[in-house]
Amino acid sequence: MSFDIDLSVPRGRRTVSVRIAPAAGITALFGPSGIGKTTVLDAVAGLVRPTSGHVRIGDVTLFDADAGIALPPEKRGCGYVFQDGRLFPHKSVRDNLLYGWNLAPEDRRFMDLGEATEFLGIGALLDRSVRHLSGGEAQRVAIGRALLSGPRALLMDEPLSSLDADRRDGILRVIERIRDDLALPILYVSHDRAEVDRLASQVVELS
Amino acid sequence: MLSPAEWAIVGLSLKVAAAAIILTLPIAFALAWLLARKRFYGRMLLDTLVHLPLVLPPVVTGWLLLLFFGAGGWGGRTLSALFGTTLMFRWTGAALAAGIMALPLMVRAIRLSLEAIDTRLETAARTLGASPVRAFATITLPLALPGIGAAVVLGFARSLGEFGATITFVSNVPDETRTLPLAIYTALQVPGAEASVTRLAIASVVLSLAALLVSEWLVRKGGRSHVL
Repeated sequence: MSFDIDLSVPRGRRTVSVRIAPAAGITALFGPSGIGKTTVLDAVAGLVRPTSGHVRIGDVTLFDADAGIALPPEKRGCGYVFQDGRLFPHKSVRDNLLYGWNLAPEDRRFMDLGEATEFLGIGALLDRSVRHLSGGEAQRVAIGRALLSGPRALLMDEPLSSLDADRRDGILRVIERIRDDLALPILYVSHDRAEVDRLASQVVELS
Repeated sequence: MLSPAEWAIVGLSLKVAAAAIILTLPIAFALAWLLARKRFYGRMLLDTLVHLPLVLPPVVTGWLLLLFFGAGGWGGRTLSALFGTTLMFRWTGAALAAGIMALPLMVRAIRLSLEAIDTRLETAARTLGASPVRAFATITLPLALPGIGAAVVLGFARSLGEFGATITFVSNVPDETRTLPLAIYTALQVPGAEASVTRLAIASVVLSLAALLVSEWLVRKGGRSHVL
């Protein structure tokens, strides 16, 4: 599966336009801060409405302005890893991880809680409150929550930006494993050239 | 200790306050949600109307209720035609007066807690497969619980103390609308009833303190799953 995206999204008084040809692996959205990279992810996830274009993942159409298709966010199956984590503060790590899993259609689930915690190395955190996680731990839980929701693709918004160098490497390896082992298409937002070069098979530069 | 008649007054006060809160809570939540989350034409007007009972003299609120729900008022005639009932001189009327006086406090408490919730958490829930209703029920509502608890207790305490609007709207009828404050006021008019005044006043203090303790307990119990 891969993305097929051609979008124009309003952002303030400008319009962000982006075109992503189908390609396997990680597609990096690269560009300086404030250029509208997150806006593109939001549009793919169905959180903001594009003015024109289409979003397809594999053979599933999430949005098509001409055909009048605009699936609501909960039907899109976009595992969104937000820059600010957005873990649910009133739920334990376990309940955060299972939130999307419980709602996912059975045939879209590709891992269970045990596999996800092992994959991400967060087994020891399950009964903790998310308020007491370090930045790296929180980011792993956020990735796990997205993976467990049975996504068709992952959207990652600068997942390393809030981490120190040591933790970055751990998360980078996790992302590489998602790319290589799970074969999920990933749309990856970053403003760091080295990160993009290491991960991405396709780079789309916004300017 | 309290005499049977005084116990009956305490019981009536609890009944009136409980009915007032049960009646007002869903309305207060809906109003708080509208005011916290929605931008619509007339929002300022609604905000002002909600706060009116807080700033008006309670007697005026009671008088307005009387105009509306009295025998000649639109509300009174509707109730009479549809249900063959009236709020006049009834404990239900006392509950309505108490509920309306409590409404602004409850809306404020719930609104503050709703405004403190990061709406991006609901967005995150949507991307994980939750419908808007489910995101509300599983994210917004639990996070608003401390505010709802505070609203219930504030409203309950306010209802227990309601005097002006009640006595204006539904008068001071023994066993029907004579709640604790009205009973204390009545006893104060009677020579030699000082002992009764003292006992009823102590009962008022105990009830209000109990409400406060219950709220603390509820907030902590609700808060535990947030904190740990």
